[in-house]
Amino acid sequence: MDWNVVNVTIKKLKLITSNNMASNKKYWKSVEELNENSSIVETLQQNEFVEPIPTDEFLGDKETLEASSTTRRDFLKYVGFTTAAASLAACEGPVIKSIPYVVAPDEIVPGVANYYASTIADGFDFANILVKTREGRPIKIERNDLSTNGGVNARVQASVLSLYDKNRLQAPLVDGAEVSWSDFDVAVAKKMTEMSGKDVVLLTQTFASPSTSKLIKEFTTKYPNVRHVVYDTVSSSEALDAFQSVNGMRALADYDFSKAEVIVSVGADFLGDWQGGGYDAGYAKSRVPKNGKMSRHIQFESNMSLSGANADKRVPVTPTQQLQIVKALTNDGSLSGLPDDVQGAVQNAKAQLKKAGSNGVVITGLPDVTAQKMVLECNEGSAVIDAAHPRMVRQGNTAEVLRAMNGVVSGTVKGMITVGVDPVYSFPNNKAFTEAYKNLEMSLAFSMKNDATAAASKMVAATPHYLESWGDAQLKKGTFSLIQPTIRPLFNTRQFQDCLLGWTGNNNKYYDYIKDTWTSVLGGSSWNKALEAGVFTSAAELEMEVIPTLEGQGEMESSSSHGAMSATNQGGFELTLYAKTGMGDGQQANNPWLQEMPDPITRTSWDNYITVSAADAAEMGLENSHVANGGLNGSYVNVKAGDVIVENVPVLIQPGQAKGSVGLALGYGKTAAIQEEMQTGVNAYALYNNFSTVQNVTLEKVGGKHEFACVQLHNTMMGRDIIRETSLEVFNTKDVQEWNPVLFVSKDHQEIPITSPDADLWESFDRSIGHHFNLSIDLNACTGCGACVIACHAENNVPVVGKEEVRKSRDMHWLRIDRYYSSVESFKGDSEKKENISGLGSSLSDFGAMENPSDNPQVAFQPVMCQHCNHAPCETVCPVAATSHGRQGQNHMAYNRCVGTRYCANNCPYKVRRFNWFLYNENDEFDYHMNNDLGRMVLNPDVVVRSRGVMEKCSMCIQKTQKTILDAKRDGRAVKDNEFQTACSMACDKGAMVFGDINDHGSQIYTEKKDNRMYHLLEAVGTKPNVFYQTKVRNSKEV
Amino acid sequence: MKKVNFRNLPSQLSLLLLAVTLTFSTTLFSQDAAAETGGADAVAGKALFNANCAACHKLDKKATGPALRGVVDKYDQAWLYSWIKDSQGMVKSGDATAVVLFAENNNSVMTSFPALSNGDIDNILAYTSTPPPSPPPPIEVAGGGNGTGDGVSNNIILAALALVFLLLVAMLFLVTGTLKKIASANGVDYPVKEKGLPIWKVFVQNQFLVMVCSIFLLLASAYFAYGYVMQVGVDQGYAPVQPIHFSHKIHAGDNKVDCNYCHSSARKSKTSGIPSLNVCMNCHKNIADYNGEEDAANGYDKAFYDGEIAKLYDAAGWDVDEQKYTGETKPVKWTRIHNLPDFAYFNHSQHVTVAGVDCQKCHGPVEEMEIVEQFAPLTMGWCINCHRETNVDLKGNEYYEKIHEELSKKYGVDKLTIAQMGGLECGKCHY
Repeated sequence: MDWNVVNVTIKKLKLITSNNMASNKKYWKSVEELNENSSIVETLQQNEFVEPIPTDEFLGDKETLEASSTTRRDFLKYVGFTTAAASLAACEGPVIKSIPYVVAPDEIVPGVANYYASTIADGFDFANILVKTREGRPIKIERNDLSTNGGVNARVQASVLSLYDKNRLQAPLVDGAEVSWSDFDVAVAKKMTEMSGKDVVLLTQTFASPSTSKLIKEFTTKYPNVRHVVYDTVSSSEALDAFQSVNGMRALADYDFSKAEVIVSVGADFLGDWQGGGYDAGYAKSRVPKNGKMSRHIQFESNMSLSGANADKRVPVTPTQQLQIVKALTNDGSLSGLPDDVQGAVQNAKAQLKKAGSNGVVITGLPDVTAQKMVLECNEGSAVIDAAHPRMVRQGNTAEVLRAMNGVVSGTVKGMITVGVDPVYSFPNNKAFTEAYKNLEMSLAFSMKNDATAAASKMVAATPHYLESWGDAQLKKGTFSLIQPTIRPLFNTRQFQDCLLGWTGNNNKYYDYIKDTWTSVLGGSSWNKALEAGVFTSAAELEMEVIPTLEGQGEMESSSSHGAMSATNQGGFELTLYAKTGMGDGQQANNPWLQEMPDPITRTSWDNYITVSAADAAEMGLENSHVANGGLNGSYVNVKAGDVIVENVPVLIQPGQAKGSVGLALGYGKTAAIQEEMQTGVNAYALYNNFSTVQNVTLEKVGGKHEFACVQLHNTMMGRDIIRETSLEVFNTKDVQEWNPVLFVSKDHQEIPITSPDADLWESFDRSIGHHFNLSIDLNACTGCGACVIACHAENNVPVVGKEEVRKSRDMHWLRIDRYYSSVESFKGDSEKKENISGLGSSLSDFGAMENPSDNPQVAFQPVMCQHCNHAPCETVCPVAATSHGRQGQNHMAYNRCVGTRYCANNCPYKVRRFNWFLYNENDEFDYHMNNDLGRMVLNPDVVVRSRGVMEKCSMCIQKTQKTILDAKRDGRAVKDNEFQTACSMACDKGAMVFGDINDHGSQIYTEKKDNRMYHLLEAVGTKPNVFYQTKVRNSKEV
Repeated sequence: MKKVNFRNLPSQLSLLLLAVTLTFSTTLFSQDAAAETGGADAVAGKALFNANCAACHKLDKKATGPALRGVVDKYDQAWLYSWIKDSQGMVKSGDATAVVLFAENNNSVMTSFPALSNGDIDNILAYTSTPPPSPPPPIEVAGGGNGTGDGVSNNIILAALALVFLLLVAMLFLVTGTLKKIASANGVDYPVKEKGLPIWKVFVQNQFLVMVCSIFLLLASAYFAYGYVMQVGVDQGYAPVQPIHFSHKIHAGDNKVDCNYCHSSARKSKTSGIPSLNVCMNCHKNIADYNGEEDAANGYDKAFYDGEIAKLYDAAGWDVDEQKYTGETKPVKWTRIHNLPDFAYFNHSQHVTVAGVDCQKCHGPVEEMEIVEQFAPLTMGWCINCHRETNVDLKGNEYYEKIHEELSKKYGVDKLTIAQMGGLECGKCHY
């Protein structure tokens, strides 16, 4: 607004007020009213509405109204008749058709699940899995117990939904038009002939596949102008370089953390995706106190990661400091310049490593070859590291990728074939690259989706999902795995390997090709047995393709800094890029389960954000605040690294973030071939310069507030008895009543334990006969990885509700993993602080202070699902008895009986009941997988899909216990221990969740229940839950 | 039609006689034929044929093997003896006729029957030489008259009775009229009744009666309204028309095919399964026409059933003439009869295998149903009642041993009902 105008109006205003004086105030609605001669004001005074209400539009004009034969009475009659007819019609059931097979496959019995062993090898996640199929549709991913390779994480669990992604490519494309495969082959052959002699780069993901490796070699032999470059979207190139220079093989060392006594990690999120991930199961084994012993874990890091959250001691340091620490730990480097407490921590860590001897291990995640090499050399002789059977799951070579990238930009590379990677989206200087890529003479993308690269390519080969493909993999040297299809290809797709076979003139199918390769692997063993098991251990040395490097040839100027961390703090922040537990490298961005899965640390879904320490945030005026409905809001910043600016990145203040450092998750900000709802976050790959996870950036605060969808708004326990925690020392030396007390209440002036029947309002049922299910959750073994959350989603048809609803706390997760921060240095400190509060003043200030997490808090995870209380508060308040108790310990929920009063949810002390505020299936407002035919194929047919207006919650997977019982009945045998499983206990490879029948006194769950560490959540409430927890023990002893 | 039948009764009788004569004459004829083939017994041959040959051969149609009627005219009798006893031996020995025949029939190996004596073979050949039953149009009519004889005669009797009754009424009127005329002629007077209040006015004036009646009416309408509302969504008796008229009566009843032969997944799965067409073809590859009893009144005659089998062949893509699959299939869209709502979990194997419940307990006498209908109401009350009343059969099932011992001690009973085992809990069926 022009300021002169405002001044004039104010003057006029003064004039009017002085004329009328206070007795006759005139209130004005717009400045226009102050203009006495305004025609608008005149009209407005006459008419209530600015524009006439278009009554004619819905009533018709008078003439037609009168001419109409429909009188008011007739109209009412019609209304009456149609209502009656509609209600009568509703009484008739619909006619349901059943279409059986014409020729039924032998292995399919409708209603009975089949399991197939397979392997995921998508370039980021590598794991041996079991695929559960029903009537020929894969519906769930489970762990393959025959395999020792871990890694069946949340993303792998969710990958079955990516199979049913409606945005997948349905046929090959040439110049954007769908063609047949034969035409496509002709087009490619023609192009390849045209390209002969010109530099063509074959840019692929890591396959870790002996057969594919052999095949690519044959392809590059036929077309010598094709150069194979392996590109890991999230690179481990430095670690590979280091391992190669030490051990002569391009691979990654394998670690068995179950053998570790002391683990010192410097910036390595080894419970997350560090070097391929999958280390958490071994780690968890060493974390459960056995014979008074458990491992000690010290973590130096800048972002708060899963590893840091699980550590006994966590020291927040910036990446530059981390480099110094690695040098000090491994090579007696100097500690000067580091803060005193950090120096002390490093010295302690060093002493403990020394004491642990061969059971100690140092690892680092720094993108620095020297640091990686130092660590490898330092670990030599450690029992934890296994260099003889290294992992093959990362093969990328940053130098080569950079050369290919610059080649495309500069025009020396004339053609590019991409397989399983999306460089147009994920290359750091993507504007220049995209332009150059579009102008390439040949661009061919093998892709499941019309992603950024495919959209910019002239030819796109539609590839099948891994659940539709054949394949093999060597995850670790000597451990071979097979990939087998579990469903016929949904679309007109062909896998990369079959294409290569065709183009190299080999008439075999890839299946036969693998079988051929495997003759040396199997060494006479049965192929079918290997296929059934999915994994095969063999000492066979398969000659893997040696990917040529052009080291020393051509220009290197842009990659001069490669392999060494260039971060030096020059007034800005040190940014550590990381992959989120849910999103990984971003290839499953269109998967609503993963989008909605709350990040284990920040508990925020549907977003990535820059994590900033509280101190830095205060300095820059960045803030997080809550709005009236509880939603979390955050400021925006622009992140600048060199010439690249990523705009409007939301800020999340992260307790434990090292001061001077910030973190940002990769994998978000995708827009191509992604449904609008799933286009979340910002593309952090723009900042991934030189494929180094550590970057120097500057932040600039910009206006606006970002709306987060955060599911946990209260971050501290405030000294309450929710997670019980003690130190190893106390656990070993003190009486159990000291660290895991049973509470006492007074009855008739007698102190009685709260667990005694006398302290109970209710008569207890007799549960001694038959099965009585209990679930044990070991807080020591739980790393918070969230695989159980997705497994629960898949098993129980839990709906996805979208960002807006999550923000309103209407998330539907049956199982959540609460994350708590301590408000002082430790949780113990919290309890002490609470105990010492006295008087009103101190309680006001201290409780207030306890709501805020500390700058470097202790972190604890606690999975919470329905506790299946024996004395359930929800059951007593349901007016229609929709929730009732079973004698097997499960709290039943009859959805068809529920009328949606939500009394139960209000009366639940654990807040685990979830209400269907809307219809989440077949509803365009919630356009996720349950709203299309393809996505609905993932639904578990044994569990009903709930409708609007009913309450739902964890059922303790009653469909699974019922099935186990029925199987036993049919076979006429007793149920074996460990046969009873829930989706979450099956998904947990750490053994943190144990499920079973406590009436079977030989069972594992019975031993767990008798364990000293056992406690019930909120035991004082007297609900007598059938879920119990094992007290968390921390090895907090220094030196 | 019925009237016509009634009128043509004498002609029907004559037709019946004609039919009887014809039947006798055909048997006589076949006996002549038997005499012609050197005293072989075509009747014994038929039995042998059905036992040994019918799986692959038909008289007039090509099946797995060629049609056999008149086979004696094609081949030498001695050759036939050795062929039937060891066909492969003949092919191997290079017998020209045998090799050609073998090739003509897609090289499908014919089972050897060394156990058959020459006499047996003669009998079989005698049977194959019987001329085809002559097309019997007059018999058809006569048979029709015979078949529906009961219905027609009932109708005739009823019509006659009605006629007699009408005659009686008419006669009564005539008699009273005549009597009145006689009385008036003789001067006899009748007492004339006084007209009282009409009955509805009496009813309205009696308020007590009105109240009782209206209460009765209200209760009655409430009863019917309740009954109506309770049957909403209950489809007992639902018997939709299916795309192929599959008669359970013929399969499970007449031919005693076990339910589990086709619905095999009932033993191991939650669904009993609608058999895939390859299961039908296991038998129907050889059964192309219907030879059982007919029910022409409802239109279920041989031509009808043969037409339905042809529909199956069409759906399964089976070429009858060529005796092979064409690969062009048309999956059958059956109309589902038993529909449980999604929120109720029911498992067939629990009931069929574990509990040993007969299929008929819930599905009714399926083996008598020409068209299957929903027998049970499939309401929750119906489920629950059975669970309350039925004892669990626990014998020989190790799973139940311990739980049964403990529970029977607890309840002080020998046999436990499903309810006592926890079978009434919501979560057992609703999840």
